[in-house]
This record gives sequence, structure tokens and C-alpha cells, in this order.
Amino acid sequence: MEKENLRLDEIIREENIVFHKTSLLTDKVFSYCPGCGHGVVHRVIMEIIEELGIQSDTIGISPVGCSVFAYDFMNIDMQQAAHGRAPAVATGIKRCWPEKYVFTYQGDGDLAAIGTSETIHACNRGENIAIFFINNGIYGMTGGQMAPTTLSGMKSSTTPYGRDTMLMGNPIKMTELVATLPGTYFVTRQAVHTALYVRKFKKAARMAFENQKLKKGLSFIEVVSNCNSGWKMSPLQANRWMEENMLAFYPPGDIKINGELIKKT
Amino acid sequence: MADIKLMKGNEAFAEAAIRAGCDAYFGYPITPQSEVLEYLTAQEPHKRTGMIVLQAESEIAAINMVYGAAGTGKRVMTSSSGPGISLKQEGISYMAGSELPCLILNVMRGGPGLGTIQPSQSDYFQATRGGGHGDYYTPVLAPASVQEMADFVRLGFELAFKYRNPVVILSDGIIGQMMEKVELFPQQPRAVEFDQSWVTTGKTPDRERNIITSVDLDSARQERHNQDLQKKYQNMREHEVRFESINCDDADYIFIAFGSASRICQKSVKIAREKGIKVGLLRPVTLFPFPAKEIKKLSKQVKGMLCVELNAGQMIEDVRLAVENNTLVALHNRMGGMVPTPEEVYHALLQKFSIE
Repeated sequence: MEKENLRLDEIIREENIVFHKTSLLTDKVFSYCPGCGHGVVHRVIMEIIEELGIQSDTIGISPVGCSVFAYDFMNIDMQQAAHGRAPAVATGIKRCWPEKYVFTYQGDGDLAAIGTSETIHACNRGENIAIFFINNGIYGMTGGQMAPTTLSGMKSSTTPYGRDTMLMGNPIKMTELVATLPGTYFVTRQAVHTALYVRKFKKAARMAFENQKLKKGLSFIEVVSNCNSGWKMSPLQANRWMEENMLAFYPPGDIKINGELIKKT
Repeated sequence: MADIKLMKGNEAFAEAAIRAGCDAYFGYPITPQSEVLEYLTAQEPHKRTGMIVLQAESEIAAINMVYGAAGTGKRVMTSSSGPGISLKQEGISYMAGSELPCLILNVMRGGPGLGTIQPSQSDYFQATRGGGHGDYYTPVLAPASVQEMADFVRLGFELAFKYRNPVVILSDGIIGQMMEKVELFPQQPRAVEFDQSWVTTGKTPDRERNIITSVDLDSARQERHNQDLQKKYQNMREHEVRFESINCDDADYIFIAFGSASRICQKSVKIAREKGIKVGLLRPVTLFPFPAKEIKKLSKQVKGMLCVELNAGQMIEDVRLAVENNTLVALHNRMGGMVPTPEEVYHALLQKFSIE
């Protein structure tokens, strides 16, 4: 026993630590369900801000939804927006502080339903901001109702027999839609359920912040995520279901880079 | 030398915004206030002072741009008319809840619904009772001239920052559209140094992060926040009441009217005085806080008070509360864009109080 402890002491040394929690995440315990993607997305965005050294120049907008209290976890200046209005709020901030870094953090109900107008027009004006769009195909916080992104046939608390597209329309692909607007400079779809996807997302998130210096338009990063509690699945089941269904309809990958469409939408 | 111009009320407001050192304006076209946005875009204030002017995709977007911009601590504003102001209420409520300063101009038109583009004062309730959801008030300034359309920009910003609260300028289609001579105050520089202790600038190592929000799910804390807000509104009631009193000292009868209706009543006072009837005019300049004390005082010395309004009779409720049955209170009103003549108001006075 004593021998083992000694060995651990030797291993756990500052020079051996390969993972640090970024100082830009507070010590507040996440309010998110175990297995939810929000925590990883929060961490990656905060890591990027730390690595770029732009904490003192960054302002984030938290939405309405599960991430309404993002400011409890992100150790940066933040403003909370009304449901769907984050791109307008970000526009107001960025126009007043054109040299600062401004990003919104929104869910699919927020961005693709009630805030569609604000989203499209901020993209169309080419506001030099970043939009992080967390798409789990459902309204998570209010208890799993149908979102515009809910897949055809997918069950939710307001489509208990599955989404009937004849009645409720088809799931909307906001990311492909905004990619067609000249005001968007970088449009991509990512995920965070495996280490490989997290690495790719981090690269995209870095680009979203670096692009703001160029003043060439808006960066739009969709993150396809799970909602295991809303989907009524275990975290593992949810990730598997997401891979098989969500990613099949919302394929990950870059759509527009440096203002050029690289993928047919 | 005084800088005197002949301008529309809406234009005077826009020019005064530039001169008051406003940092940003976010608007959306709606009659009868579109001249504000048109004048500002024509003036290119980004060249004059660096002021930002942006036409938003909707009134909802405009007020949320104001909300974001106000969070940076700058002097920001928007303008609209009834239907657009209704759309802005969500944002105004958020700003009241998160205690952000801003200026909102409502150039009132007749309602309800799409109503009419003709002038009206029918948004009195909406403006003086907060307007959106939740327990809050905003100071409400009621200009009665093109001069006041200009002057109240400066006063409005002063109050907005003094109390960190949205301020409403409640104008109407007459004041917004009519042309009068206006003496413009000189250009003030935009504030370069201002209190940044609470605003979003980016967190620096020497301070905690700044968070602008109105949400708090802890009921005890939310109640304390509401109590603090109510204290602030009480403070406004005690310190910010403004009114104009014309010929009230010896009056037997008093007109009570604000904005364009008060201009009509000024003439009615003259007509009555020429006929030997002692009439005065009490014009509330702030509708919230309401000059209740002054009206109560007057109610003890007069035979009657006639509220003259371009609505179904909204301000009269505040007058009745102030008067406490000390005297007779009557209403003469027009609606839907109709405007009474001074003679009509004079005759209404005779009829309501059976003056021979």
C-alpha cells in the first residue's frame, strides 16, 4: 500500500500533467446532464480563448435554454439574451466594440425557430462575430419538445408518435442555409462525442475567433449534440443514436471556408 | 450665436441625438417616425462624431441590438411608433430587469392593432405602466414642442444613466411631424471615458467577470432584486417629477393635458380668459413619475379639472387618483387620429362644468 502511494506521488507531478482545466472555466459544477455535449463545448471554447490570450477582449452571449447560465461556468464577460435574440445582441455589442471578440452560444430552438430572423440577418450583414449553434434536435430545457431540427419520425414530448413531416414540416438545415449567404465567412458542422470530433471542433472554434480579426464576415459553427434526457436514452445509447441518425441527416464537415463554399449545399 | 433651425420634431430629435454624443442608434422604419432613421442615415453621423446608425431587420432586433450595445455602457437609443413599440416591450423589460440605460422614442399613432398612422396618445398606459412583463417602470418624458424633442434627448440620457434604466420619450404624430423653430444645443463630444465597472468589455485580471442578465431562479434573491428596483422607482417619484403650470394660480378650472393635446389647450386657455373665465393648464412633462402632488394641491383650489387626451381617457385615471375626489374631474377626448380644435375644447369645458 505504502509502496503504491509512493509511486503515485512520483507520477503526479507538475511536469507529468498532460491535461489542465482551463482557468477560464469556473469551479461551479455544470448544471448539464451527464453525457451532454454542452460541457465539452464550453471547455473547448474557453480553452481557445485562453490559448489565444483574448479573455480581456472577449464577450459572450448566453441564450435561453439549458445554457442560459453559461456565464456561471465561463469566466468571461457575458450578457444573457432573450430567446432567439443573441445575434442581435451580439450585433449591438460588436458594433460598439468592433475590436473585441464576440460570440453567441445558442441551441436549435433558440437559433432555428424563434431566432431565425436574427440569425439570418446577422449572417447576411456579415457581422464579424462567431455563432456557436448546439443542435440536439430538441428543446432540452423545457422538457424535450419538438424543435425545427427534430428528425422526421423522431419522437419528442410534442411529437409523441414521431415527427410527421406532412403536418410539421421537415427538419431545417440552418447551417447549409446560412452558408449560401455572402455575409458568412466560415461555416462548419462539428460534433463533440468522441476525442477525434472534439479535436476537429477545437480547430474550428479557433478559426471562428481568429477570423474575427480579419473582419470578413461571420463564422458559424454547428455542433451536433445529444440530449440523452430529452431523448430518453442513456448517454451511450444517445451517442450511438446520434451517430446513426443525427449525423446521417446533419453530416459533419466544413461547408464554407474563407468565404468559399467547399461543399455543395 | 444661437443655432436656430426650422425642423420637424423627428428631425430635431435625430439631430439632438448626434449632438448629445449618442454612440449608437438602431431602428426600423414605421410611420410617423421614419424621419429619425432617414435623417440619421443622411447625416452620416459616423463621419461627424463616430456614432453608429444601423437599420435592423425588425423592431425586435433593433431593441435587442440596443440591449447589447447598452451593456457596453455606451449611449444608445432606438425609436418607433405604437405597433413597433409593442414588439420592443420584451427587450425593454430585459433592460429594466438588467438595469441598462437607453433612450426609446415612441412617436404615437392611433391603435389598437395596425390602427392608423394619424397622431394619438393611446400608448399612455403602455408607457407609464412599464409596458412589458414584470414589475418595472421607465421614466416617461412627454415633449410638447419640436424644441422639447431636441432637449429631451439630453435630459433622457441624463436620467437613463442616473438611474441605469431605459427612458421613454412619449411623443406623437403631431409633435414628430410638425415643423417649428428649434434652438439646437452645441455638439457634445461622445464620452470617451465612462464608468466601465459594470459593462462588458472583456474580463481583465484585476476584476471579476461582468455579467449582464435579468434571470435569477433563486426566489429570495429575485425578490431582493425586485425590492431594489422598486426603491429606484420610488426615488424617481421623489426626485424627477416635471410639469409646466400655465395660469394656474388664480384658476377656477384647470385643463390637464400632455404633449400635443397640451398645445391645443394652451389656445383654449386664451379663449376662455378672453371670455372672462379663469382657466389654467397643468401639463405633465414626466408621465412617470406623474405630478400627482401638484394636481392634488390644485384640486383643492379649483371647481373642476378637464383632462384633454387623444385617447379613450388614460391619463385621467392618474388624475383621479391624485385628486382624491377633492374636485370634479371630466374628460374631453378624441381618438383614432382625430384632433380637437381649441374652440371644441373650450366648449367642452363650458358644457362639462355647466359654465354659463
